[in-house]
Amino acid sequence: MKAFTYERASDAKAAVRAAAETPGARFIAGGTNLLDLMKLEIEQPQHLIDVSRLPMAGIEETATGGLRLGAAATNSAVSADERVRARYPVLSEAILAGGSPQLRNKASVAGNLLQRTRCAYFYDTSKPCNKRQSGSGCGALEGLNRNAAIFGASDACIATHTSDMAVALTALCADIETLTPSGDARRFPLADLHRLPGETPHIETHLIAGELITAVVLPPPPPGAQAYRKVRDRASYAGGLASVAVAGGQVALGMVAHKPWRAEAAEAALSSGASASEAIAQELAGASPLGRNDFKIPLVARLATAVITDVAGRAA
Amino acid sequence: MSSVNDWAAPNPVTTNRSGIIGKPVDRYEGPLKVTGTAPYAYEVQPPSPPAYGVMVGASIAVGRIAAVDTAEAEAAPGVLTVWTHLNVPAQPARGTKAHPRSTQGSKPAFESDRVTYWGQPVALVVADTLENAVAASHLVRLTYEAETPDVDFRARLADAGQPLGEQDMEVGDFDGGFAASAVKLDETWVTPIQNHCQMEPCASVVWWEGDKCVAHTSIQMVKPAQHGLAETLGIDRDAVHLLTRYIGGGFGGKGQTYDDLTLAALAARALGRPVKVAFTRQQMMHGTIHRPATVMRVRLGAEKDGRLNAFSIMTWTHCHKEGSFTEHASNFARALYAAPNRLTGHRLIKLDLPHAGPMRAPGEASGTMSLECAMDELAEQLGLDPVELRIRNEPPVDPENGRPFSQRQLVRCLKEGAQLFGWDRRLPTPGLVRDGRWLVGMGMAAAIRGNFLLPAKCSFSVDADGVITVRQGMTDIGTGTYTVLAQIAAETLGVTLGEVRVEIGDSELPPAPGSGGQFGAASAGSAALAAGMNLRRAIAELATGDPNSPLYGDDPTLVTFQDGVVAIENKSETLATLIRRAAPAGLTIEGDSRPAADMREWSTQTYGSHYCEVGVDTVTGEVRVRRMLGVFAAGRILNYKTARSQLTGGMIWGVGSALTEGNVVDPRYGSLINQDLAQYLVPVQADIGELDAIMLDEVDDKANPMGVKGVGELGNSGAGAAVANAIYNACGVRVRDYPITPDKLLAGLIAKGL
Repeated sequence: MKAFTYERASDAKAAVRAAAETPGARFIAGGTNLLDLMKLEIEQPQHLIDVSRLPMAGIEETATGGLRLGAAATNSAVSADERVRARYPVLSEAILAGGSPQLRNKASVAGNLLQRTRCAYFYDTSKPCNKRQSGSGCGALEGLNRNAAIFGASDACIATHTSDMAVALTALCADIETLTPSGDARRFPLADLHRLPGETPHIETHLIAGELITAVVLPPPPPGAQAYRKVRDRASYAGGLASVAVAGGQVALGMVAHKPWRAEAAEAALSSGASASEAIAQELAGASPLGRNDFKIPLVARLATAVITDVAGRAA
Repeated sequence: MSSVNDWAAPNPVTTNRSGIIGKPVDRYEGPLKVTGTAPYAYEVQPPSPPAYGVMVGASIAVGRIAAVDTAEAEAAPGVLTVWTHLNVPAQPARGTKAHPRSTQGSKPAFESDRVTYWGQPVALVVADTLENAVAASHLVRLTYEAETPDVDFRARLADAGQPLGEQDMEVGDFDGGFAASAVKLDETWVTPIQNHCQMEPCASVVWWEGDKCVAHTSIQMVKPAQHGLAETLGIDRDAVHLLTRYIGGGFGGKGQTYDDLTLAALAARALGRPVKVAFTRQQMMHGTIHRPATVMRVRLGAEKDGRLNAFSIMTWTHCHKEGSFTEHASNFARALYAAPNRLTGHRLIKLDLPHAGPMRAPGEASGTMSLECAMDELAEQLGLDPVELRIRNEPPVDPENGRPFSQRQLVRCLKEGAQLFGWDRRLPTPGLVRDGRWLVGMGMAAAIRGNFLLPAKCSFSVDADGVITVRQGMTDIGTGTYTVLAQIAAETLGVTLGEVRVEIGDSELPPAPGSGGQFGAASAGSAALAAGMNLRRAIAELATGDPNSPLYGDDPTLVTFQDGVVAIENKSETLATLIRRAAPAGLTIEGDSRPAADMREWSTQTYGSHYCEVGVDTVTGEVRVRRMLGVFAAGRILNYKTARSQLTGGMIWGVGSALTEGNVVDPRYGSLINQDLAQYLVPVQADIGELDAIMLDEVDDKANPMGVKGVGELGNSGAGAAVANAIYNACGVRVRDYPITPDKLLAGLIAKGL
């Protein structure tokens, strides 16, 4: 691990200011992903700004009937919150499908959104990876890419975003709130947070340098039932092969793209009366598998059909 | 020479008067382990502050190191030294045995500029702190001349050859028998590379006391490690004091030493201070051994009544270019089922992959994954219950060599398992049982593992408090060695467990073979029993020869040992009283045991059966084990708790082998792709539902004086096949390419229209 300096931020404005002013600065909250990556020198921050003790861990009602999840709230706290469980069960289910209890006890809401891919070529620093080292190439493209993306990938990167929580939040049409280095508050849809890889897979979000996520805001739950299902090789503590979050008529897919994948084509088909399987087939018409991950096409088709049908049945 | 007949006489272990033999007592070292106070090798506190060594692995599979630039690393904060092949201290050539009776030759680190596998340790950075050493290790610049790695096992099958010194075993006429059989099966199974993934990576801390090298390391066998290190350092064997007190899992992967030990010893000598070196989790995957992949062709020819007429299992496997290890996945089958025409053998391909080596149930673990599924398929072809098919092929004597079985309770394991599991509720036609989104099925498999007894010594002491101390150069890799040695001592000397101390894992103690091949408890325990009997004799003679003892003048062979009291009829005194008075400095005596000359006249095996129920999600292809039961016959069980833990651990390994575990080679780089425990998936708690292991009453008096055999490998043998067979029974899909992951099963489900 490279030597680095550390400070504990006294307030959010000081944190973003420090982030903007200090070269190579990174925020750290739970550290469940960042510290692992630092030990492998995949991440090499020169300065860490600890935001875990800022007063951003609350979960509160919004005026419009939604919930505001503080960026520092732990994954465990969010998944166990009675309001989340009652009104946003898809979110609770998704969080509980990720990591392990120990990780969820440490991991924060914002950190979960910003976790990095689990692509094996990203983790092995002897291999080319455009995400880890821009311009070095993609080891996974011609490699063992069973778990690679089927939507929105590029020749530069076929990695997936592996958060479960983010898939549920995407289906719930959540917004995020941030603080920019100049001290301004911003709010925009979570769907606009993550980028597709394009030619710059090392740039993963639309956050500006030093911008701090302060909260995730859930709108009132959509009408209808909700469900999250994740497919994985083992029953716990495993990245997914694919997942689907359904909230009423809103559908998002996980582990199929560089970002949580809002299934807009499927949603449009559903709203115009298509069956679940027809709707997901429309979505998958835009997929481009790579060989070893071809199975994700039928897997997502079957999984999403089953969950959408199940949710529709429960709502009726 | 001794005979197994000598073992028939009763002894304290077989008599088990106090009942402590077999009792599920807690682990001797359990409190230390659960309170974090059992020092594993890397945690041992050396006498002065240590330096920290970090290894650098090669990032090519084959080629040479063309240039080395360590300037930046050497200039980094806290760095004490940086070594590569250019400046590592001289070591005797590989395999050198200055002492002809060394059990292991020299194993030099950084031998040359040649790289023969990806991840091969090629540089060492030693610094004042671990953090500085890690940071500097990233600054070592190595330039390689890489060659194209020859690593594609499946593409090279046609080039495989007979392993050196081996030949196929054929009995009768396999081809003729197979051709003439009424019902035939000919299928091929594939198992992947597996990594041991011990919780404790290989690690060493070494310091020098004058000319003596004190090395704490994590190793399954003490003597070869001591000898190998001495040969590598070019010093006398007695000048190496090697210790391995607590070991966080071995599974065969710690049957040999690695460069952590060599480099720690060399660096400690060069720097004049203790040095710690450990493998990282990532380095473990390449830098230590792995279970190699196999391709296994099984051919079964049967009569319509199910009796096997012809049977063959041929295994293709791989090892390192300079290695010779062969995964003998066909051997176990030689003693399993009757058939007049039999053919078994192996083909080996040498590749530019890391070193292959033994892993838990070497041979059986892979081999049963083919044969025990083939038996399931054959049973279906015949319209027979898979349990019944196995019973119909039960041999009266060893089918390969005609030797009598010392004990064989396979049929009882099969029948009791079937009854306890509720096998009669299994529907033979797949795909008929549904529970919500799950299709549910049951599968079973037989288990077999050979039995071994190796020479061992042990010493027993009694002190003035009547405390018995067992000392042995044995290891406990989590299996329960400490505990069973304490039980043997307590029963033999008639004291409570609280009055027994056990000291193992030390090269200066009487040598024992270590842990591996499930020979540990039998070999080490037999020597302990012998030492205990010698101490009994010495104590009895002390008492009957001491005028101040109430036993004075009596026949020493009549002395009994019970509840800490030595007695002859109504004359008695406590052991502590006797020793304090008559031998205040205590008594120490050794004992040894060795295989009987006529042991090989019997076919001695351990047996078992596995029953498994799985759910298959027909939407996703996910498989979850719902319940699993193993029934085993493995001789006398010394401790039902530690034995059961080993058996269930082996069964869980089988679940992993069937469903999740495996590593894959990226042929472009010659490296394994899964390099940590988030990518290499062993089962977690949530994968294991209801799971139990039951041990049948058995005493195998042809195995050793205690009648015990081993269980460490047995639980793994056959377990994965039972899972695979349950998957077929659930959904009607056979996947013969392990592990059976959702992507593979989904393809089968879709093909079946599910």
